[in-house]
Amino acid sequence: MFDQLSDRLQATLSDVRSRGKLTEPDVDAAMREIRLALLEADVNFKVVKTFTATLKERCLGSEVLESLDPGQHVVKIVNEELTALMGGTGRDLAFASNGPTVILMAGLQGSGKTTACAKLARHLGESGKNVALAACDIYRPAAVDQLVTVGERAGAHVYEQGTERNPVDIAEWALSRAREEDRDVLIVDTAGRLHIDEELMAELAQIRKRTKPHNVLLVVDAMTGQDAVGVAESFAEAAEFDGVVMTKLDGDARGGAALSVKAVTGKPIVYASTGEKLEDFDRFHPDRMASRILGMGDVLTLIEKAEQQVDERQALDLQEKLKRDQFTLEDFLQQMRQVRKMGPLSGLIGMMPGMGAMKQLKNADVDEGELDRVEAIILSMTPAERANPQMINGSRRKRIANGSGSKVQHVNQLVKQFDQMRKMMRQMVSGKMPNAQDLAQMTGGAPRPKIRRR
Amino acid sequence: MSTTWQEILDLGAREAQPKAASAEEPEQRRGVFKRLRESLAKSRQALSEEITASLFDRIDEETWERLEEALIYADAGAPTTAAVVERLEREVESGAVPADGVAVRDRLIEILAEVASTGRAPIDLSGEPAVLLMVGVNGTGKTTTIGKIAWHLSKELGLSVVLGAADTYRAAAAEQLAEWADRAGAELVRSAPGGDPGAVAFDAIAAARARGADVVIIDTAGRLHTQSNLMDELAKVRRVIGKQIPEAPHETLISIDATTGQNGLRQAKVFSEAVAVDGVVLTKLDGTAKGGITLAIASELGIPVKLIGTGESLEDLRPFDPTEFAQALLGE
Repeated sequence: MFDQLSDRLQATLSDVRSRGKLTEPDVDAAMREIRLALLEADVNFKVVKTFTATLKERCLGSEVLESLDPGQHVVKIVNEELTALMGGTGRDLAFASNGPTVILMAGLQGSGKTTACAKLARHLGESGKNVALAACDIYRPAAVDQLVTVGERAGAHVYEQGTERNPVDIAEWALSRAREEDRDVLIVDTAGRLHIDEELMAELAQIRKRTKPHNVLLVVDAMTGQDAVGVAESFAEAAEFDGVVMTKLDGDARGGAALSVKAVTGKPIVYASTGEKLEDFDRFHPDRMASRILGMGDVLTLIEKAEQQVDERQALDLQEKLKRDQFTLEDFLQQMRQVRKMGPLSGLIGMMPGMGAMKQLKNADVDEGELDRVEAIILSMTPAERANPQMINGSRRKRIANGSGSKVQHVNQLVKQFDQMRKMMRQMVSGKMPNAQDLAQMTGGAPRPKIRRR
Repeated sequence: MSTTWQEILDLGAREAQPKAASAEEPEQRRGVFKRLRESLAKSRQALSEEITASLFDRIDEETWERLEEALIYADAGAPTTAAVVERLEREVESGAVPADGVAVRDRLIEILAEVASTGRAPIDLSGEPAVLLMVGVNGTGKTTTIGKIAWHLSKELGLSVVLGAADTYRAAAAEQLAEWADRAGAELVRSAPGGDPGAVAFDAIAAARARGADVVIIDTAGRLHTQSNLMDELAKVRRVIGKQIPEAPHETLISIDATTGQNGLRQAKVFSEAVAVDGVVLTKLDGTAKGGITLAIASELGIPVKLIGTGESLEDLRPFDPTEFAQALLGE
């Protein structure tokens, strides 16, 4: 596994500052890191090749005197270029001016079409649309049953005729029913098919021809590797899809397939599916995906979430306290409660920049029960102890442990961790990120494979 | 010679009574191979020709670069690719392998096959009953694979099979497995939707013991390896199985979709930490994807591929053969 690209670049370009300008060897070294990071993220290697060539031109000779750090300077350029390649901002679905809007869903087996159909139905239903689903996967055993169940859960009507009829006819029939029943949206679920299966691809083209969908969406698993490009090209040909739904983005795959598909077919990612529940589905933000591919964290999403939940005044207070190094356990408790309001911590940590490198944190199971215990321990402290943890001696620890129903070790651990956290915060506030070497040591950075490609 | 079912299955003292395998008409048999050849031919066509064309005509810097591209393109990942190419290049430079196109290619296939063979062992079905646990990420083909394994064990080897539908989460998962059970002539043990997966596994094994069945296959819900609560649940299913038969599950297989990229390594690692995975079933190899990530899984985790899924029909599940796989990686 690769560590955060920015750390790697910082290490690679550490001696550039003294020269002030990126020379060809510097850029080559940086490009090697970028190439590896992109390959590790499953970006198609041809896309990587073209991309690094463009990038190299832009980096060569560019002045880094002004920017504090040549590594970060390169990361900034990479992020800009990646975002541009991903298509800048997102795209909306096309809606019919009258009659039902038809959305045709297609994809490989196991990419998550049926689930995505139900999630999309719920998503559109939320905005007041009357949504129906058409069950046209007659091949996979019990696929119709699955759509009926999840469709109902999503609050959508499901048109199904079992598995005896031809999917093209079912789709057409469902559309006529949707018209009669005045539905706003009809989402057509199709069987998963291999892009090289000519018969089934022809069937898909046929469904497209008969239902004249306003949107054709290709469902792509975020974990897809190099093959994503070939798959997308074939589906583009047979189904002329307009956009992509990325599924399983709640995993830890970097999702380079998103970039590959966009770069090769020019079709944008429209929606992202991010969890087991029906509501884990949202518009896709290309700019944020760029950061994810590079391991820079989904800063924007985090900020947005935080904006919804965190009291701004409290946040300002905290900032002041951090500056003056007066952060106490009481503040810590408040912060923890704020953050927990935003949802499960494991989700939030993945979005934080820098956490990509801190593997222990990233892969750590954030045990919510553990957090309950931390809360109990702090609540068992006196206000004086919370303000000044240094005063917590042995007998106080015993008392706190008893009071919170935990063990003395737990109290020790909390006090120690809090102390470390304060140290780190002091560093960050003074403008220094913990340096790359420390981070690498923390994470036990692996040696780089030697890949020679230019 | 390709790996055979006899080589990949350890049936212990049990006497397999091949039914359909021997009874199969030569005509039909040709049909199976024809289909396989066709699907492999499609993969070949689809593989970008510029990578493999004249790869070994001349041995120079470009050869190594193209070789790297071929392996990266097959999803083998940067570290594995670098290690393999470095090793081959060293051998050619030292003269251990003649700098001749055919010799280099043959040696490369050997090296790749060797990597793919790391930790190779048959599927342990020697227990009575033998318990096979199937795990993996959503949509990788667990249920389909189980259907095919059950069909093979039951219809071709004459073993009695019980399927445990411990995927109680996904809508209609049990119905899907029920259809496979029906086709394979296996017995199905299931619970109401949302039931406890551990209880289903427990009941399935109890049923198999009561009836003296040969093999129990437990299907589990697909889960992303990042969801720790679901991984804990899986570990619990495994513990529950161990309560019925202490050394069970005798074999735990993870299904990996051949289209999976570098994340496949994480999947194998995290699942293995939770339930001690013994082998990989590489599914959907009938597409254009090569499944090269399994090289990384074998070399870094020592977990070998044991079976490959090459199509939708019941017979489209085969023992994994490292040499054939290595050849396919290079588009041969």
